[in-house]
Amino acid sequence: MSRPIITVDNLSKSYRLGEKRDPGRTFQEALTEGIASPWRRVRSMARGQALAPPPDRTFWALKGVSFEIQRGEVMGIIGKNGAGKSTLFKILSRITEPTSGCARLRGRVASLLEVGTGFHPELTGRENVYLNGAILGMKRAEIARKFDEIVSFAVVEKFLDTPVKFYSSGMYVRLAFAVAAHLDPEILIVDEVLAVGDGEFQKKCLGRMKQVSRGEGRTVLFVSHSLATVQSLCDRSLLLRSGEVAAIGPTYDVLAEYQSEPEIRTLSEISTATRRGEGAAKIVAGRLTDAQGATTSFLRCGDDVRIAIEYRSAKTNRLRGCRLSIAFADLLGHELFICSSELTNPELTMLPPAGELTCCIRRLPLTPGRYQLNLYLECDGAVQDDLEHAAEIEVVDGDFYGTGRNCPPGWEGRGVLSDYRWELSQ
Amino acid sequence: MNTGSTAEMIDPQSTAAGIAADAVSTEDVETIIRRRDGWIPIDWNELWHFRELLYFLVWRDLKVRYKQTLLGVAWAVLQPVFNMVILTVIFGHLVKLDSDGFPYAVFVYAGLLPWTFFSASVTLAGQSLVHQQNLMTKVYFPRLFVPTASVGASLVDLAISFVIYALILAGYRIVPGWQIIFLPALIFLTVLATLGISYILAAITVSYRDFRFLIPFMLQLMMYASPVIYSVHIFPQRYRWVLALNPMLGIIDGYRSAILGKPWNLTSLGISSAVATALFVYGIYYFRTTERGFADVA
Repeated sequence: MSRPIITVDNLSKSYRLGEKRDPGRTFQEALTEGIASPWRRVRSMARGQALAPPPDRTFWALKGVSFEIQRGEVMGIIGKNGAGKSTLFKILSRITEPTSGCARLRGRVASLLEVGTGFHPELTGRENVYLNGAILGMKRAEIARKFDEIVSFAVVEKFLDTPVKFYSSGMYVRLAFAVAAHLDPEILIVDEVLAVGDGEFQKKCLGRMKQVSRGEGRTVLFVSHSLATVQSLCDRSLLLRSGEVAAIGPTYDVLAEYQSEPEIRTLSEISTATRRGEGAAKIVAGRLTDAQGATTSFLRCGDDVRIAIEYRSAKTNRLRGCRLSIAFADLLGHELFICSSELTNPELTMLPPAGELTCCIRRLPLTPGRYQLNLYLECDGAVQDDLEHAAEIEVVDGDFYGTGRNCPPGWEGRGVLSDYRWELSQ
Repeated sequence: MNTGSTAEMIDPQSTAAGIAADAVSTEDVETIIRRRDGWIPIDWNELWHFRELLYFLVWRDLKVRYKQTLLGVAWAVLQPVFNMVILTVIFGHLVKLDSDGFPYAVFVYAGLLPWTFFSASVTLAGQSLVHQQNLMTKVYFPRLFVPTASVGASLVDLAISFVIYALILAGYRIVPGWQIIFLPALIFLTVLATLGISYILAAITVSYRDFRFLIPFMLQLMMYASPVIYSVHIFPQRYRWVLALNPMLGIIDGYRSAILGKPWNLTSLGISSAVATALFVYGIYYFRTTERGFADVA
């Protein structure tokens, strides 16, 4: 077993708060300050240093992060916003420097923070392929060799000699990703760049990522918000929480740890969302729990799920003619299926003025991906509360069919699974 | 490829052999990332490794510049020629400045050549990092290349201007003497001074954005302190050594000596060269020291 290809040892990164050198700072201001303590200022400016900040005004984006990655592993880095994923990415890509600690990368590294870095609108597609490739680290000979492949992956042959400013956003993204997809490093660090383009293209990107990681055996560090993608691509994962390593290990286990993070609330406060209705009764909060009753932030396809909805009204007597429903829709707003209380529980058409109803779904029939929930409360003959996009949930891979497979390619984020079987007719 | 800048690079000669390569060759390229304080020496290996990117950045600047202008490549030619014509009319014919015994047009153009290169480079380079912020916060590459690419693009303009100058000289039937062999050395010195100042200004402008407005003003002052329009002899002899602390003074005068055969002013040239070298060294030092903060301040 050779040495790990990436070793990170106690990496930390802090930022100054408040008195941060802000871009609006003028030389004039520096001069004025300089008069106050002239020699010190001039000396420090001439040395290119800024004076050290008061110690209590520092923010630690990363603190004591350590881990190892073996050659050929695909490691996912997850965590909620602000956990430090992008900072870790930037340090490993040498865009920014750590405050302390050290990282060792044994092999050529290429990192992708966004597609189309360095694309210039005035240059043609052909010119931008060369420019972008060079920026990402490819040599000119290499780009020339792969040029045809890149262009056919992006499907932009006809537009190669038009300035990129005339490209549609789809073409732009395809070309940018095509260049990035043909990088040849031993270590690839990718910040989620796959959330671009249309469904067809996303499928292609995912396919390419899979090929690069599993097929070609490169080491990949994949920073992502999309738990479903992390699950499908990464063997191991690392969970960052407030800049520290909260868990590291097989993706399945790390996701379980992520699930129990108390701060993640996707449904807890129904605040804004597009809200319509009379308003005599209102939905005030919601909670997602798994079959055991533990609060969760994401759901597993095929698992039993419970969604508790709390409602309130100003009335004192019971509400009549009630319907509470949860509609599951894809992120484009197309509703996929609905769970409406009056269809299954006629006794619940009469409800107390305030309370909580729980919808129990056995074997969640959604393919992995992100979905939105539309909530709907009707009573006393009128629509009281109609919340579109009340919350977003994430569904990760589970086992709906018991066969270990539940999502045909291209159906991520938009498929309802139904119970069926195939038989061969003799 | 991202390989050590705040880092040490061991054997960067591994080729793009692909994953099938045995473990030994890939383990040869090791990048160590850690915080470095103070002066970070230049990693020449790394700069060599990224050399093609410098070419692409210069190529991009030139292509974009010429795609956007009406006159295209002609602009590089027209600017110094235009200046020369105006200055010749005003200072050559109307004011009748002493031009060291040469026709004024020829005299002034010899000063305009290095000066236009210098001022254009410095102006572009000063803004270069600020404009490339998007790139710098997303990808790693030696940041030193950014102002260097601006200077490189101006170097191409300089080359074109030299060709024009050859035509002008031919028109006046002036043939440069043997001293012209010193011209490459002078160009080298000009580039040193330009790079040094460009690095400093580029780095400062990232932190203090209002430097953008100071630069044209500084350049104007400097032009008057340099023998572009007039001969270096208008400055009294005994003060000339102070003025030679402006590197362009000695260097521009040197151009006239090399091309037109004017007697050399070695003291001025010597002082100016020393200052140019010092600026270059300090420029790199300053740039490298502030470099680590670029992505953070952006």
